[in-house]
Amino acid sequence: MHGVSAMIAQRIALGIATLFVISMLVFLAVDMLPGDPAEAILGQSATPASVAALRQELGLNKPLVVRYADWAAGMLRGDFGRSLANDRPISELVAPRLGATLSLAALAAAIALPLGVLLGILSTVHRDRALDRVASTASLLVISFPEFFTAYMLVACFSVGLGWLPAISLPNQGGFLETLTMLALPALTLSLAVIGYVLRMTRAAIMGVMGSPYVEMARLKGVGPFGVVVRHALPNALSPIINVVIINLAYLVVGVVVIEVVFVYPCLGQLLVDSVAKRDIPVVQACCMLFAGTYIGLNLLADILALLANPRLRRPRHREARA
Amino acid sequence: MTGIAALRTAPLSARIGLAIVATYLFCLLFAPLVAPYGETEIVGGPWAGGFWDPAAEGPATLLGTDHLGRDVLSRLIYGARNSIMLALLTTTLSFLTGTTLGLLAAVRGGLIDQALSRLVDLVMAFPTLIFALLVLAVAGSTLPVLIGVIALLDATRVFRIARAVAMDVAAQDFVEVARLRGEGTGWIMRREILPNIVVPLATEFGLRFCFVFLFIATLSFIGLGIQPPTADWGSMVRENAAAISFGILMPLFPAGAIALLTIGINLVIDWAAAGNHGLSDER
Amino acid sequence: MLTETGGVPLLVMRDLVIEASGAGRPQRIVDGIDLELHAGEVLGLIGESGAGKSTIGLAALGYVRPGCRFAGGTIHFNGQNLLDLPPQHRRALRGTRIAYVAQSATASFNPAHRLIDQAVETATRQAGMGRRQAEQEARELFARLALPDPDRIGERFPHELSGGQLQRVMIAMAMICRPDLIVFDEPTTALDVTTQVEILACVRDVVEAFGTAAIYITHDLAVVTQLAHRIVVLRHGRIVEEAPTRAMLAAPRETYTRSLWAVRKIRKAPEPDHGAALLELAGVGASYGSVPVLRDVSLTVGKGRTVALVGESGSGKSTLARVVAGLLPPTAGRVLLQGGGLPGRLRDRSRDELRRVQLIHQSPDAALNPHHSIRETIGRPLQLYNGLKGAARAARLYELMALVELKPELLDRLPNALSGGQKQRVCIARALAADPELLICDEVTSALDQVVQADILAMLQRLQKELGLSCLFITHDIATVRAIADEVVVMRHGAVVESGPRDTVLEAPSDAYTRLLLSCVPDVDPDWLTRLLQQRAIPGDMHDAL
Repeated sequence: MHGVSAMIAQRIALGIATLFVISMLVFLAVDMLPGDPAEAILGQSATPASVAALRQELGLNKPLVVRYADWAAGMLRGDFGRSLANDRPISELVAPRLGATLSLAALAAAIALPLGVLLGILSTVHRDRALDRVASTASLLVISFPEFFTAYMLVACFSVGLGWLPAISLPNQGGFLETLTMLALPALTLSLAVIGYVLRMTRAAIMGVMGSPYVEMARLKGVGPFGVVVRHALPNALSPIINVVIINLAYLVVGVVVIEVVFVYPCLGQLLVDSVAKRDIPVVQACCMLFAGTYIGLNLLADILALLANPRLRRPRHREARA
Repeated sequence: MTGIAALRTAPLSARIGLAIVATYLFCLLFAPLVAPYGETEIVGGPWAGGFWDPAAEGPATLLGTDHLGRDVLSRLIYGARNSIMLALLTTTLSFLTGTTLGLLAAVRGGLIDQALSRLVDLVMAFPTLIFALLVLAVAGSTLPVLIGVIALLDATRVFRIARAVAMDVAAQDFVEVARLRGEGTGWIMRREILPNIVVPLATEFGLRFCFVFLFIATLSFIGLGIQPPTADWGSMVRENAAAISFGILMPLFPAGAIALLTIGINLVIDWAAAGNHGLSDER
Repeated sequence: MLTETGGVPLLVMRDLVIEASGAGRPQRIVDGIDLELHAGEVLGLIGESGAGKSTIGLAALGYVRPGCRFAGGTIHFNGQNLLDLPPQHRRALRGTRIAYVAQSATASFNPAHRLIDQAVETATRQAGMGRRQAEQEARELFARLALPDPDRIGERFPHELSGGQLQRVMIAMAMICRPDLIVFDEPTTALDVTTQVEILACVRDVVEAFGTAAIYITHDLAVVTQLAHRIVVLRHGRIVEEAPTRAMLAAPRETYTRSLWAVRKIRKAPEPDHGAALLELAGVGASYGSVPVLRDVSLTVGKGRTVALVGESGSGKSTLARVVAGLLPPTAGRVLLQGGGLPGRLRDRSRDELRRVQLIHQSPDAALNPHHSIRETIGRPLQLYNGLKGAARAARLYELMALVELKPELLDRLPNALSGGQKQRVCIARALAADPELLICDEVTSALDQVVQADILAMLQRLQKELGLSCLFITHDIATVRAIADEVVVMRHGAVVESGPRDTVLEAPSDAYTRLLLSCVPDVDPDWLTRLLQQRAIPGDMHDAL
């Protein structure tokens, strides 16, 4: 058993190293601004005094290594520094928005991931029949749409046309039911795309092993179509399926920026976009690190689960027993 | 099977896809001839006219006017040039880089492969959109930066695919024969491997184009991509987004134009990939 | 054993036609087959690649591979036409009444499940046997098939067993419901000869013990004669000849049947030893990573002579070829070509050193670039090594094509327009284009049909004489050794166990492993296996000697 724990430890170490390198890149981004960062941030009209103040604020007078160490140490304590735009602590800006992002992602994931995997499996069982064809065409359509198209179509239908759901989502207003209504359209938009992706990838992963000799052997042992897919093909397609599920989970946390813009839903993505537009670099850095951390963490999780799903890795061959 | 014979046996979905792509290409090439009005010509009031409102005042417009009173159809047609050409340029750039490096890694192996693969892992460990936003925040949203950053991000995906398919070919005996004969890296990449991976790479080009095209549209939609007054579908959605709450469907047209093109390309790719798959099964 | 059901056969195929729907028009891969099989009878189906033998074997279960379809005829099993049955009824017969043993047990076991779960699946889910009873049954069969630790081996996953062990588990899995018919689809083809013998003994034991009827599919005549009461020879989806085993061996009616043991009839007249060495290996060692694969290998290939390198999989014979070719640098020892040291690494070898040693691979399909015409393929070494261009190059191309007995019209074709034998000739021509001194032939005939093998071996003999080539010939097949070699080197676990003149090694081996290896090569003689097993039963068994 220690083989697999060594591999997991190795993956975790690699994840931490990646996060470390990325944090350096994110940090150095400030220094890549042409000329003096403080002047660049404040623009042409800045007075020397304000530039000097900003330099102090950013700690630009200290050596690079020290500044990085301060920044990274602060980040680990949950202190992200202060926003340039409104001088509030970034952690205060970020915390409620992170919550909003996560609740939207969680709702969409709860709908889309199980449904996507299930439909993918059913498509393989009924491959080349009506259900499969409909699922395949529908999923091709939804993954071809830009998210804002899906979003506006849904708004046009459910808000403008039928008037059932609000077109704009403000979180933390009213009770649970109100919140759920608020989140319905954004979650639905995200779910559609994710169901499409997960369905197609699940189907592809299972179809990838359907041609193997052991699947033919199962058929020759008299196993029916459902058993062939679920008992014989599916367990060998678990790694890619776990992978696609986690990648889509990451997408739900990270890739929701567009949805937030459409529905004016104030979460982390919109904060990032606004800060990019305002060049509020400390906030951009903080958001980037939060997103990158989530993304790397989820990818790490996918790696580890895929390792555990494979009996060859779980039980390496101890001895070469010869006949 | 020749191309035309293949076309004759193509399923309906593939024919629809090809027709869609052909229509877009036509608009792209002959925009000034096809478009009823100029790209920035103001033809009426904001959000007026259209086929659903034949009684509206002003000149006839099939899809109505936008927030500044410009003809939506004409802007859509001109927008095809900017949106598609930009995506095409970026994809080509990313493909040249990704394929060359992927082939190099597959053929040379060892340290070069290790170094390139770890670098790509690193870039891919960062969510694409966030990476792009970070770069745009630092360097500003200009066209060269936009093309550069998207091409770089996309090249990592191309590298992975190109390396993987090239590895499969490089493991074949005929490549070993070429090495034993004393052929150089360049020959092995160009003459031995490349001809054998053209088909999967072409399919991948279609997929990557869709991705890049949607990505640029997304950036434009959130205001960090192509900047006004250039006609571009993503920006057109953004500029007119407010109309949707008044029940005006105008933002759906450019968004639909984007969706339709990606659907068309995906239909063609599905067919190409399936045909390709069938051939390899026969062996 | 043919008495139970009297005159009514267990399985009857009448005018069976199976079509493959490829690109273009459908192709008949089984073309009007009539077969009968009685209870308890073993029928051998023999044929070369593309003869349709596996397709017929699968048809006995009422199954066709995806992309194929039943296009005509009937398959009656116990009086029921399988092709008329609804799918679920056909499925109900599979595994319970008709079982299947696949060629590659390694690929045919599901890597995600424990062996016991796979072995009892049909019994518990189809035949309604209780889980405990089924497991008990499986363990008894494991013990009967001489699997180690039969009570617990089922708890393992497929990757934890060797190929030979997995093949036995698969036989147990097929037997668990005591079927009336088992289809054995080349169950020993992927195995080494020493393992093959054990599996053949297992198959014969269970089939006889339970009185099961069997269809045994193979391309190896010697193997099928050990088991089958009756043999059917197939070619291009049709029956060429059908006869009881002994009758067929004594008097084959068709020339095609006789060609099935073509290679066995070639025997090279040994080349006189001139004493001059072309290739010398002294104390060569090599490893993949930290795993040693060659230990202290020394051998000599004389000028104009052929040395056959013989061994089972994992013996290091192909690794040795890679070391000589420069693909794997040795960790110890020296490789000398005409007395001069050959650098270990490919990139340190001069163009002339590369030219003098040419490697020919096992599979011509993989060794030819599908996008290069034959002209480009053979022409490239001419241009690279000799700088030949234009008319001089064209003239040499024609010469080379004539040398390997190919028509010059083929020059502008792509490899996929050629047959397997033609492709291998192109590979040989490409090697000859370099004017080599040493040819390394890595199992160059084992992917080909018997008749084609015989032709290629004869051609290699002729070329060697005409051109004075030396040859290092790697093979696992003793018949091929007789056909081509002057000397034999036997390898095991990365070391040489015995070497010497061909007839000395083959007829009077001094090493115990060589004796075991040679004893396991089946003869075209129905009593061979029985005799061998009797000999082994005598104390002082050869396994114990090792």
